[in-house]
Amino acid sequence: MSTKRREPLDLLQGTLDLLILRTLIFGPQHGHAIARAIKHTSDHELLVEHGALYPGLQRLEERRWITGKWGVSDNNRRARFYSLTALGRKQLAAETSKWKRLATAITRILESEPAEG
Amino acid sequence: MFRRRRPVEDFAAELESDLQLEIDRLQEDGMSADEARAAARRAFGNTTLATERFFESHRWRWWDQLTQDVRYAVRTLRKAPAFAAAAILTMAVGIGATTAIFSVVDATLLRPLPYPDPGQLVSVIDDLTGVGSRDVGLSQPEWLDLERSGIFEHISPAWYDENNLTGASRPTTVRLTIVAPNYFALLGVQPQLGRAFPPRDRNPGFTGDAVISDGMWQRGFGRDPNVLEKSIRLDTDLYRVIGVMPPDFRPPGLTPDERSVDVWAATSFYGPPLLMHPPRNVRNIPGAIARLAPGLTVAAAQVRVDALVAALRQEYPADYPAAAAWAVRLVPLRDRVMGGTRQPLLLLLAAVAVVLVIGSVNVANLLLARASARGRELAVREALGAGRARLVRQLLTESLVLSFAGAVSAVVVLFVAQGVLMRLVPAQLPRLHAITIDWAVLLFAFSAALLSGAIFGLVPALHVGRVDVIPALKHEGRGMTSSAGHATTRRLLVVAECALSLVLLVAAGLLVRSFWSLLHERLGFDPERVVTVRTRLPYPNDTSVDKYPTIAQEAPFVREVLRRVRALPGVDSVAVGSSDAIPLDPAQRILGLFPMLIEGRGTEATQAPLVDGTVVTPGYFELLGRTLVRGRLFTDFDSETAAGVAVINEAAARKFWPSEDPIGQHVKLSRSATAWTTIVGVVTDARTESLQDANVPVIYASAYQRSQKHLAIFLRGHIDVATAADRVREQVQAIDSTLPVFGAQALSETVSTSLSDRRFAIEAVGLFAVTALLLAAIGIYGVIAYQVSERTHEIGIRLALGADKGTILRAILGQGLGLVAAGLALGLVCAVIVSRLMSGLLYGVHPADPATFIVVAAALTLVGFCACYIPARRAIRIDPNLTLRN
Repeated sequence: MSTKRREPLDLLQGTLDLLILRTLIFGPQHGHAIARAIKHTSDHELLVEHGALYPGLQRLEERRWITGKWGVSDNNRRARFYSLTALGRKQLAAETSKWKRLATAITRILESEPAEG
Repeated sequence: MFRRRRPVEDFAAELESDLQLEIDRLQEDGMSADEARAAARRAFGNTTLATERFFESHRWRWWDQLTQDVRYAVRTLRKAPAFAAAAILTMAVGIGATTAIFSVVDATLLRPLPYPDPGQLVSVIDDLTGVGSRDVGLSQPEWLDLERSGIFEHISPAWYDENNLTGASRPTTVRLTIVAPNYFALLGVQPQLGRAFPPRDRNPGFTGDAVISDGMWQRGFGRDPNVLEKSIRLDTDLYRVIGVMPPDFRPPGLTPDERSVDVWAATSFYGPPLLMHPPRNVRNIPGAIARLAPGLTVAAAQVRVDALVAALRQEYPADYPAAAAWAVRLVPLRDRVMGGTRQPLLLLLAAVAVVLVIGSVNVANLLLARASARGRELAVREALGAGRARLVRQLLTESLVLSFAGAVSAVVVLFVAQGVLMRLVPAQLPRLHAITIDWAVLLFAFSAALLSGAIFGLVPALHVGRVDVIPALKHEGRGMTSSAGHATTRRLLVVAECALSLVLLVAAGLLVRSFWSLLHERLGFDPERVVTVRTRLPYPNDTSVDKYPTIAQEAPFVREVLRRVRALPGVDSVAVGSSDAIPLDPAQRILGLFPMLIEGRGTEATQAPLVDGTVVTPGYFELLGRTLVRGRLFTDFDSETAAGVAVINEAAARKFWPSEDPIGQHVKLSRSATAWTTIVGVVTDARTESLQDANVPVIYASAYQRSQKHLAIFLRGHIDVATAADRVREQVQAIDSTLPVFGAQALSETVSTSLSDRRFAIEAVGLFAVTALLLAAIGIYGVIAYQVSERTHEIGIRLALGADKGTILRAILGQGLGLVAAGLALGLVCAVIVSRLMSGLLYGVHPADPATFIVVAAALTLVGFCACYIPARRAIRIDPNLTLRN
């Protein structure tokens, strides 16, 4: 954990789905835990608004990439747990490779040296 | 796949439980309960917004918003009851009137004839274009030629007549149509009881079978289920009842009588009482209807009929002289039945649509004024996060709520007042019985509401799209929004209103002028104190039982009727004629065309022109007040044994003897006549055949010399119409107890009934025009009153500074009248076009009649002036002290 706090980054359009799916690969989680996991794993760089998170979860569930089920938490509280579906795993793989290609491409452009004339 | 969505409560519960988990975690980290709750809330942010977003992704969101908008609209309108009532009333009048007229148009013009595959049904009409005669009827051989041609699946003559029904308690007349046996197969209708005629029957004479209508079954047999074993006696012939048509069956026909026939009898139009071999050139069958062969269009069939006609003319040159130019026309049956009703009905529909548009414009104006006043409310809502689209939708919903409230009240009123309204519709209208408020009509009302609501709602709604929030919020008081734009739109709407009402007023004015000219035409006869009563002599198929086979039996009967009726108290004079001698009676067009061969003209019998012919006794012309121009009228000496004589009108004299003296000329008035008839007199033209046309040639024969079965008895004097039929019946049945006597009518009543079509059109268009004028006046008033109220402050200051009241009054009036003038200019241009389109409905008035245009324009200006003057006067009465203090 860095000591210096910076302003968190804005999420790029469409990346929230990818982050949720990725977070769920470690097992079922409830909504707030997903947000916290994204925050921690990104070293506080990415902050997920709850106002975006919960409708996002709903959207993914409607696409059948994740399923939500009411369960009981460690400390015996009711919570809605989300887990990846087979379709969701496939989607995650596809989205991950797409994202990596995009990131590599952008990095390449950003780090390119001026061509020698 | 369609899954049920999670309920929004479940979503909220998830948020709540996740929030609780976070609070738990923070407490475990060592925070106090309160600190933990506050921190968790901070982390979660706006949970309500999240829930709201979840809700908004709902598939049925638009429905929720709609119900919300409608609820809101109803609430807002309830807070402005005067505005709501005015708007709903305006829409109810517009939509109600449009829907009422549409129901008539739908039943008559839009709905197909109620027979299977009605597009294949045609009317077959023979013309002798060479001698200027149309619709001359056809002969039996011609009918057979057409039937064998393969052009038609079926073709059947339809010969409407009246017959005497005897055997019941009292002799009556029934409406009868003589048809070929394939008539019902042609129309594609089945009896509800029994059977129709066997379609292939081509035996000579009448089949002796009768099919009766449901009404006849009711009246004559009390719905006796054993009616099929019974017989009816028509004109002394006995007919076996073989079928009863269903109650909703209406045969096609040109007159209301033809469309409500009681009995159908079938024949193949040869054999007794007709000739065994009818000649080709005697077109005694008045007309025929046909069903085209499957897949054949009317145009294609016409081409084949033309070819057939050409071939027949070549084959029978003696029967079809080239000069007569015999031709056969196919007219879609629907066009034939609807005849002249199309144009007036479309005019009415257009007129009523204009009223609806003006009403919509008015409501748009009201809404626009309200939208200005509500600028602040709308700005606040927008500032609070309502999207513009949502605001526009909100305003549209409001206008649609108004128009639908109007439509619903209109339909309810129409339903309740149906009976009363139907009485206003002229009885001659075809398919009158089919006028109902059905699904098509309801759908029309619904669409009219939707369309008008959308139109008058969009104008203010689009203005809202241009609202600038900040100035609207900053503005003190009610907060005006883009008043200048609103005012321009409102002014344009008023100009449009004025223009539309001017067009409607001109149309109504021209119709009233036409009616006026018709009413004030000299009839050429005096209908006052004249009562007509009808009777009819039988014409049996079995000639052996005919009591009146020739004029030798008829003439004494007619004389006896005259003698007895003349003796009745109150009767000054009396005459007898054929029923078509009753002037202007549209029902009496059964017979009455004489072929007229003129001596010395060498015209063949087949080329003889057909002339309106009437049979009358001596005293007829005197009784009706017709004036003799030359020669003499009929006398008692013109008897069945004397030489044949005839009287003609001036139009006939002009047409047939333009340069000669018609008196003493010889003519033959039938193809089989051997002796000549001498023309002995010329009477003045009278509007007996048509109110619009005095120039119809008519020839009159003596009732003692020419046989006539349909008789009318004319009585002049102080006669009570209600009892006339009974009193005449006593006398007629004293001579022959089997004769029916019916249809007593005051002649003045007959004359005014012949105007009922026009009267209906005038009353309806006039009513719509006045409504339009009132609506336009309200529109002008609204705009000026609103401008005055907006400028109250300014006018107050001006008055306080000593401005002249007259100047202010003139300025306000000038503004209003400027709008009226613009509307007038626009309207006049449109009115010139519209009046030309409706010239077919006019009589005795030019479509661009200056008097009508000037009067209408003056009326509109006057109404516009009043509408401006009231608010203008209010403006100059403003107390400067009051306005300045506010």
